[in-house]
Amino acid sequence: MDFSISKKEILFRQMLREFTEKEVSPLAAEVDEQERFPMETVEKMAKLGIMGIPIPIEYGGSGGDNSLYAIAVEELSRACATTGVIVSAHTSLCASPIYEFGTLEQREQYLPNLASGKWLGAFGLTEPNAGTDASAQQTTALLDGDHYILNGTKIFITNSTYADVFIVMAMTDRSLGTRGVTAFIVEKDSPGFRIGKKEKKMGIRGSATCELIFENCMVPKENILGKENRGFSIAMKTLDGGRIGIAAQALGIAQGAMDETVKYVKERKQFGRPIGKFQNTQFQLADLQMKIEAARLLIRSAAFKKDNKMPFTVDAAYAKLYASELAMEMTNKAIQFHGGYGYTREYPVERMMRDAKITEIYEGTSEVQRMVIASNLLK
Amino acid sequence: MDKSIYKDVYVFVEQRENKIQSVAIELLGKARELADELGEKVVAVFLGYNIQSKAKELIAYGADKVLCVEDDALEYYMTEPYTQAITQIVKSRNPDIFLFGATTIGRDLGPRLSARIGTGLTADCTGLAISEEKELLMTRPAFGGNLMATIICKEHRPQMSTVRPGVMRTKPKDETRQGEIEMVKVDFDKSKFKVRILENVKEEKSLIDITQADILVSGGRGVGCVEGFEALSDLAKVLGAEVSASRAMVDAGLIPQERQVGQTGKTVRPDVYFALGISGAVQHLAGMEESEYIIAVNKDKGASIFNVADLGIVGDLNQIVPALTRRLKKIRTNQQ
Amino acid sequence: MKIAVCIKQVPDTTEIKLDPVKGTLIREGVASIMNPDDKGGLEMALQLKEKHNAHITVITMGPPQADDILREAYAMGADRAIHLSDRKFAGADTLATSYALAGALRSSEYDIIITGRQAIDGDTAQVGPQIAEHLDIPQVTYVEELTVKENNKLLIKKSTEEGYQMVEVSTPCLLTVLSSAGNARYMTVRGIVEAYTRDVEVWSADDIEVDQTKLGLKGSPTRVFKSFTKGAKAAGQIYEVDTEEAVDIILEKLTEKFII
Repeated sequence: MDFSISKKEILFRQMLREFTEKEVSPLAAEVDEQERFPMETVEKMAKLGIMGIPIPIEYGGSGGDNSLYAIAVEELSRACATTGVIVSAHTSLCASPIYEFGTLEQREQYLPNLASGKWLGAFGLTEPNAGTDASAQQTTALLDGDHYILNGTKIFITNSTYADVFIVMAMTDRSLGTRGVTAFIVEKDSPGFRIGKKEKKMGIRGSATCELIFENCMVPKENILGKENRGFSIAMKTLDGGRIGIAAQALGIAQGAMDETVKYVKERKQFGRPIGKFQNTQFQLADLQMKIEAARLLIRSAAFKKDNKMPFTVDAAYAKLYASELAMEMTNKAIQFHGGYGYTREYPVERMMRDAKITEIYEGTSEVQRMVIASNLLK
Repeated sequence: MDKSIYKDVYVFVEQRENKIQSVAIELLGKARELADELGEKVVAVFLGYNIQSKAKELIAYGADKVLCVEDDALEYYMTEPYTQAITQIVKSRNPDIFLFGATTIGRDLGPRLSARIGTGLTADCTGLAISEEKELLMTRPAFGGNLMATIICKEHRPQMSTVRPGVMRTKPKDETRQGEIEMVKVDFDKSKFKVRILENVKEEKSLIDITQADILVSGGRGVGCVEGFEALSDLAKVLGAEVSASRAMVDAGLIPQERQVGQTGKTVRPDVYFALGISGAVQHLAGMEESEYIIAVNKDKGASIFNVADLGIVGDLNQIVPALTRRLKKIRTNQQ
Repeated sequence: MKIAVCIKQVPDTTEIKLDPVKGTLIREGVASIMNPDDKGGLEMALQLKEKHNAHITVITMGPPQADDILREAYAMGADRAIHLSDRKFAGADTLATSYALAGALRSSEYDIIITGRQAIDGDTAQVGPQIAEHLDIPQVTYVEELTVKENNKLLIKKSTEEGYQMVEVSTPCLLTVLSSAGNARYMTVRGIVEAYTRDVEVWSADDIEVDQTKLGLKGSPTRVFKSFTKGAKAAGQIYEVDTEEAVDIILEKLTEKFII
């Protein structure tokens, strides 16, 4: 097991850091305040290949791997969790499953534009009555000649308004339960498909989170991803990859909050000295720093396993669970160390805490992660 | 190497549009000091077209001799004609020391010359002195201004050095001084003239020269915005001063580069330097710490600027600057 | 069109601090970066690559770790990288450095050689013009913009104290570039993924056509006699008072100095 960081990774992180500082950081407060989707940032990231990091070069991607992808999401999220999740949802939940489960024709048709960032991707599994119990799918898909007709609603879908391609789960055979779910590639112009209401959220407010509404939506039968009735397993495998991305987002948020806190406790003086000199501050920050390092290693391990085609489901669950709970703890403490100032919008830490909360919920709640881990442990 | 054949301190007198640049005057003053210590002469090297009438002035500023080269090839500075002319002079006269202003021209000419002659060049010197062995000690900042280095050029001649405008003090003119003006003819190899000037454009910025200001009102990150700089302009106006800034403000687009003080900006030595909202990073200090009197205002008691300020005020410049301007305006009107 | 860009790895001098006790520079933990003016030069070259399909060679003279900036140049889009690395180059002043680089550049026919204005450690701005002299090619310094014209000519916007000049020069020539790294492009992901797998040619002193007595410390007319950190100018008086009192104090001093 090699723990050394390659020169390639160092150079990569350097580029992401410079990019984030110059292009992402200056917009973060505004993106949050105005609930604005930072499209100009997406275009800049697309030019550099950040929208297709783990996709092979032959499909128009950057030829990187999941370790680099995780670093990218972490660095972006350090400044702006919205920007981080845009990349994460697009890459892990749309481009990657098309690469991993798509036919040659599907890869050739969709990957070049997705990997180059010309198109944005999204993923629709969650429904009003199917959250943690994802198997309770109510969206249906009935074969009619050359097309499937989809009916139903998806909610809380990231990137929705701006996405061109959606991976959507629908029930093709109710009698088979989870084995009757099929995954579809749905293009935004499909007849009968529209974007519904936009959610007003606590955090990641620049992220476009909306409903997807299918009213006799026509999807060509060639657009089945994988095999008919095998969609649920594709969804689960896709979410495993997505958890690496969200773990990286959560780690980025935690790191960003830590950096702000370290800066603040060195400057802020009370009782005649910087508050960083008090042991209470030092001990708490020490513990949090240790956890940040632990989270980073868990993410690295999960990414490594995925890159090397080893089973990584449980590892992704460890990483996501740990990093998201750390992000909440760190941002909460960050505000506390900032005192009254931390509660105002003059400092970024209150936004970071509002952003952190969702990482404990989406792409599998912390409870789901615990189910995955326990089930593996006690099998 | 027989160093005894190399004599005298030469100064390249830079002219632009036949106007002698102040850095040349400053260098003549310094050359005078060095030559007096060495028991040698100061020779001004003056290149251009229709410049002969100005040569006399150089004697008043310290030259013992002026080598004047007049040729239409030298009317506007270009690397090759100037390098050829000076190389011929150097090869025929064997100067001991040769000083240049570290201007756009000097930094183009100096290195080209040093490589053609095959001698050492030390750039941006802030200090020049003569050692016990009668060698030139050239002191300059390095590492972004974090370090000072004294350079010597032992076995090569001339010892060449460029000096930034504003670093050496101008010595007063002495019209009684006597000296010699010699017209020198240079043979040019025009086949080597491969650069042509098509157009010379003057922009607004040429009118500002912060290195000549007696008082500078300088702003840094603590000023931070357009309104802040307006307040500084008001203060500068009532003081008859110029506004300058640290690099951060130039990078932020709040002030043009010509007003930047520091390692990559200009070096200034005004009588009074107001450092407002400037933390005092080494790169900035490098450009202003030789100021006669430094007044610093900064919110942060621990700012490095207070280590060099003659008068330090820990306070909010957004309050102090307007208040100071108000009081000064009152004093001025009372004086009138 | 063949372009060579000379780049240098330098410590990030904006991050260097002084040890207040020893009075020496604290160099540990200071990142090494591609010199900002050189990055600007590389960006100019890459724009020429986009417009005119130019071939870009980056070259650096430096110790083994200078390899990192060649990789960064690859990740930005350079085509070929040469690393001049040899003990014999050590201790070189600008003349010896430019001589070595010129020796390496002589091995190919470059239309344009680009260097940055100055390095943030040496701060001399000398190596570029000295290389041009060694190669006997014309130079234009303080280049802001460049347009390629027919008949091997370049139209250049050159910055001056008063404004700018439009200048025409024939290739081959050397340009020193003013633009700072602020405008340089980012590395691409794919560029970074491939950077460390590409070939970097490492050349020693024997690989270039030079008179080895003109290299390194021996070939340097100038050398450092001594170096020192500036003694802190003694601090004056510091006041922490309210606004009106502060103004009083300032006015008092200005009056003393006959400013008012």
